[in-house]
Amino acid sequence: MATDQEPNPGIEAPESLAITVRLDAFEGPLDLLLHLIKREELDIWNIPIARVTEQYLNYLRMMQDLNINLAAEWLVMAATLIYIKSRMLLPPDPQPAETGGEAREDPRAELVYQLLEHQKFKNAAQMLYTREEVENAIWCKPPAEVLEGEQNVVAVSLFDLIKAFHEVVRRFEEAQQAMEVEQEEVTIEQKMGDVRRLLMVHDTILFSAFFEQSRSKRHLIVTFLALLELVRLREIWLYQKRIFDEIFITKGKADSSKA
Amino acid sequence: MEIEELKTVIEAIVYVAEEPVRAEQLKEVFPEESFDKIELALQKAMDDFNARNAGMWIREVAGGFRMTTRPEHHEHIRAYLKTKPGARLSMAALETLAVIAYRQPVTLAEILAIRGKKSSGALHTLLEKKLVSIVGRKPVVGRPILYGTSREFLMHFGLKDLAELPTLEEFAQMAEEKA
Repeated sequence: MATDQEPNPGIEAPESLAITVRLDAFEGPLDLLLHLIKREELDIWNIPIARVTEQYLNYLRMMQDLNINLAAEWLVMAATLIYIKSRMLLPPDPQPAETGGEAREDPRAELVYQLLEHQKFKNAAQMLYTREEVENAIWCKPPAEVLEGEQNVVAVSLFDLIKAFHEVVRRFEEAQQAMEVEQEEVTIEQKMGDVRRLLMVHDTILFSAFFEQSRSKRHLIVTFLALLELVRLREIWLYQKRIFDEIFITKGKADSSKA
Repeated sequence: MEIEELKTVIEAIVYVAEEPVRAEQLKEVFPEESFDKIELALQKAMDDFNARNAGMWIREVAGGFRMTTRPEHHEHIRAYLKTKPGARLSMAALETLAVIAYRQPVTLAEILAIRGKKSSGALHTLLEKKLVSIVGRKPVVGRPILYGTSREFLMHFGLKDLAELPTLEEFAQMAEEKA
């Protein structure tokens, strides 16, 4: 059989270490292989494939014993290892390829390439980790509270709001001569979603215009409560250019300040 | 405007800015000044400010200049703010991000080939955090989505630009030493 079949510490090691195996320690098959190579201090350019395959399969069995659901890529790697192992056993082709002179390619070459490539990106990830740690230790000035655009804006008081809402209800009642009343359930959350969507398209919405699609008093009230809730969450601003003027709805600072 | 004066004004602008300040933006503020002079003043603002060794420093991030606290003060700042370090990206997310950063524009299938495992979950996290964005579609069968890193990525990792990242070859040397 394979050349490296001598009594081998790696085989019983996983047994005794079984408890210490953490699934998240090996994220994927390549990580496990790199771990095995490192632990056994193997030469990555000359991997004893039979030994590594055996250990790899041992780990797989252990994981199955632990009822860990193995993703397909683990089995694909097992198959690849066994395939390489069997190719290593074949004697070199006595007749060199017709193109001539080309040395037999090491069946392990692709796997080694993959492992080195993977290790490179693991190192790169480590570098990102360190950089993130440094960046997490840095603060910038919090954004200044500037309300862009309009210069003479007046924050809307609750009384203005209620007055505006009354106006909306009054207009609604006027318009509603013989409208069919249908039972519709709108929740505040739904209405809040509508506001957010509208504000993605428009910078500002006219407060009164916003109630125009409402078809029932209940709907009006729900809409009004949704606006109040969004104000409380600082997702929207309500302002007017002069006192008693039209009220406008615009995006608040809450979502942009996270940047 | 004298360059010294320009420099101090720029320093003030860098202080109030929410985003890294770029020379092009300053050109709009100082239309009568030459672009070269603005760039020089900006550089000087950073160098002179940092020479003071103050609690703040100006650094180049994501193509602009930004004033921040120094990382070495983080413990005291945290104690004052009474905050804990924020949530970190998982190793799986960082690895996926590394592949995207170095191989962009890249498809999900290409990421899978390099990492040897499914990466859609990690990719989803990265998209959600806006560190990665969709940059187009690959003109092959199925037109798979191509991903690349965003400006947010540069900000998050304190990078001036992508060229500031070490080359993959440097990691290759490390890899061979480690293996």
